[in-house]
Amino acid sequence: MFKKFNLQESTNGKNPVKASTVRGIRAKLLEDYPGLEAHVEDILPKKVNLTQIKCKGRIVLYTVDDEILFFQHFDDPITPTLHLLHKYPSILPHVQVDRGAIKFVLSGANIMCPGLTSPGARLPEESIPVGSVVAVMAEGKEHALATGMTTMSTDEIKSVNKGNGIDLIQYLGDPLWKTRLE
Amino acid sequence: MAESAAKTVLYCGVCSLPSEYCEFSATRKKCEEWLKATHPREHERLYSDVAIAEKMAMTTLSEDREAREAAKMEKAELKSEARMARDLEKKLTSKVAIKRIERNKRKCVTAVCGLQVFGIDLKSTAKMLANHFACGGSVAKNLQGLDEIVVQGDFSNEIRDLICAKFPSVPKDNIELVAEDKPKKKAP
Repeated sequence: MFKKFNLQESTNGKNPVKASTVRGIRAKLLEDYPGLEAHVEDILPKKVNLTQIKCKGRIVLYTVDDEILFFQHFDDPITPTLHLLHKYPSILPHVQVDRGAIKFVLSGANIMCPGLTSPGARLPEESIPVGSVVAVMAEGKEHALATGMTTMSTDEIKSVNKGNGIDLIQYLGDPLWKTRLE
Repeated sequence: MAESAAKTVLYCGVCSLPSEYCEFSATRKKCEEWLKATHPREHERLYSDVAIAEKMAMTTLSEDREAREAAKMEKAELKSEARMARDLEKKLTSKVAIKRIERNKRKCVTAVCGLQVFGIDLKSTAKMLANHFACGGSVAKNLQGLDEIVVQGDFSNEIRDLICAKFPSVPKDNIELVAEDKPKKKAP
C-alpha cells in the first residue's frame, strides 16, 4: 500500500480530530483489536490531541505529538503502524514466517501460504478469520517485520497451503516507515 | 502495570530498521559498525560467533541454500555500494547555478537551481531566503522543467555566501554565478 508514498507531496492538510470522533475511533479500535485494551490509556489517553493527516489515495494518518500511530485506507480497518506495534507487540495477533521469506517481505512481497506453514514458521492455535490485521513476525527475530491482512483464514492457510495468504500492509523500511514528521 | 509498559526497540542509525534486521539491509557492514560503536553490548549479542552459530543451528534452511542467499546478499551489497559511490560522484560534480535574470531595466530576480541534488528542501530554503532578504521567494519550474528557487532582487553574492554557510554539503567551488541579461532587440 505504501510502496510509493511521499508525505510532502501527497498530503493535503492536517487537522485536529474532535473529541467525540476520537471516542468513536477508540471504540472502533478496541472492537477490532482486543489486544489493545491493556494499552489504550497509554496510546490514546482521555485527553489526547489526535491529529488527522489526509493524504492522496484516501489514506488518513492519525498522529499524536508528531508520531504516526495509526493509518486508515478508505474504509479498511484502522491499522497501527509498525513503530507502535514494536512498542506494544500484543496489539495484533502474531503469525510467523520462516527465515527464507524475510528477504522478500522486506521488499514488499505479499506472504504466500508455504512461508507460513513451513517448519520455521508458526501460526497461532486459534483460527484467525479472513480480513483481519495481523503482525508478521520472523523466525529467530524478536520484533515484527510487517503488518498484513489475511486473505484467507488461518485454518484455510493450513489446509490449502498454496497461493497468497496475507496481503502486506506495511513492512520495515517502506516509505511510511521512513516518514518522519517535524 | 508492568504489562502495559511500552517496549523500547533499538533502531539502527544507518538503515533505521531494528538492529536485528540489519543483516537483511543493503548497508549491512555499515550497520554493524554503527552498532559496534554505539551499542557494544547489543553488538555482542547479535554478531558474536556464538550468536551466529546459534542462528545457523536454529534456522530451518538447508546449509547450501543459506550459502546461496549469503552470496546473493554480497552481490546486492556491492551494488548498493557502487550506487552510493555514484551518487557521491554526482554530488561532487553537479553545479549549483545562481542566475541573475533581468526583468526590466533596473529590476531583476535571482534564480538558484541545482540545490535539490544535495538533498536540500527547496520550499523551506526559499522561505528562509525570502525571510533573510525581506523579499519575495518561491519555488518555480524553469524552462527545463526543473525546480528552482526564485528570489526577487539581485542577491547573487549574498545567496552564495549564505548557501556556503548554511549547507556545508554543497562544495563551494561548484557554485557558479551567472548574469543573464535580457536579450537585446536585434537592430533591424
